[in-house]
Amino acid sequence: MTEFQADGQAARPILEVDRVSIGFGARRVLDDVTFRVPAGTTLAILGPNGAGKTVLFKALIGALPFDGSIRWAPGTRIGYVPQKLDIERDVPMTGLDFLRARAHLAGEPDGSVTHALSLVGVSRETAKQPIGVLSGGQFQRLLLAFALVGRPNVLLLDEPTAGVDEPGQEQLNELVQRVQRDHGLTVLFISHELTVVYRYATNVLCLGRGSGCIGPPQVVLTPDRLHEMYGTSIGHHVHDH
Amino acid sequence: MTIEAVLLSLAVAVAAGLVGCFAVMRRMALASDALSHVALPGIGIAIALHVHPLIGAAAMLFFGALLVWALEERTRAATETIIGVIFSAALAIGSLMTSHEDLIDALFGGAGALGGVELGIGFVAAAAIVWFVLAERDSLIVTLVSPDLARTAGINVRRLNLLYLQVFALTIALGLRYLGVLLMGALIIIPAATAKRVATDLRSMLTVAVAVAVTATALGPALAVWLQRETGPLIVTVAAAMFLISLLRRPS
Repeated sequence: MTEFQADGQAARPILEVDRVSIGFGARRVLDDVTFRVPAGTTLAILGPNGAGKTVLFKALIGALPFDGSIRWAPGTRIGYVPQKLDIERDVPMTGLDFLRARAHLAGEPDGSVTHALSLVGVSRETAKQPIGVLSGGQFQRLLLAFALVGRPNVLLLDEPTAGVDEPGQEQLNELVQRVQRDHGLTVLFISHELTVVYRYATNVLCLGRGSGCIGPPQVVLTPDRLHEMYGTSIGHHVHDH
Repeated sequence: MTIEAVLLSLAVAVAAGLVGCFAVMRRMALASDALSHVALPGIGIAIALHVHPLIGAAAMLFFGALLVWALEERTRAATETIIGVIFSAALAIGSLMTSHEDLIDALFGGAGALGGVELGIGFVAAAAIVWFVLAERDSLIVTLVSPDLARTAGINVRRLNLLYLQVFALTIALGLRYLGVLLMGALIIIPAATAKRVATDLRSMLTVAVAVAVTATALGPALAVWLQRETGPLIVTVAAAMFLISLLRRPS
């Protein structure tokens, strides 16, 4: 994969990924991926199903073995919002239990939980429900609150608005951008919504078929590139299903 | 039973209630019940070698927990099959190795007298188990929801899982004396399963599980005297009765 040095970014990279490959048995999911993420920028990761987007995130948080090297800048605190979690409906663990546990582990006061809940727009009443009964959208917000309670300087968002209604998606995207601006966060997000990618991403990393790419969306997301990546013509809205 | 023995059994009940909550929430009820079976060949070997039966049981439980830990890394379906085969085989082999008299006590618990050293170790171990669950509660909660999220929170997930399984094995070892290989798993799982049905948050789940385990452990010996029956089976029967009552409550 060719390396692209995005220009105009004097900031030190907070993440350097060098020739990372990941395989399950004989199947290679990621092949020789190299990119850098300057601190404070937003990187969108784009690619068809099975291109290894989620697998890349799992390698970045140290949950999967890989070849090559992944270097986070010293002092990096990662907030991760996974795509989907399988929670039994009848487990008597509330959203508050879950967020408080995170706060205790990070040495943050319980007040940080209240703050995170108000940021993501989840009421205290909702947070007192068992997490298994929350709707997809509520749970997604709770996961974002969980990430924020740990005071991250990097957010990894794996389709964070999947299952959230349309106005809620807008709201969550704006929220992430606001938190990013206020706290100088670096954001890496996986999305299939090209409009969202154009709007928020500083750079795009393309995975999947073809040669791959990294660079500003306006530069790298040409119709030819999208066609090559997905193997089909697509418009501005790329849906996963 | 002496007063010290009763107090120890209550301390073990507290530990079992707490440990069981996380076993039930981790959906490892089957694995944990089967794990206790591995103690039987340990008891058989220890009796043959003229060492304390609980030493043999604890050693086998230690390796059994290691095995479950190693298997958990694999897919769940394979794990359940392997656990079912290995631990049932352990029960069969252990039964062949143990004499008839010792076997009944080993399987269902007996009323043997407790030595001072045994009491001391028992109380220290029960305290250590309670301390572990309460101290690691936050890590256990986050890991339960998602091991990936736990990693981003700085938790060593593999290490935590290993520690938890060893604490679980230790809890079984502590209860073998009065509940035996077949029934101790029940004192861990049934109170937690009862609590899971009635609790609305984590604190109430831990509280209810401990209350059910302690109540059953306290009522068991009393009923045993009254009904002229064995203590261990009565403890589990009382716990199971409380679980049945919890079924009457409609899930919210």
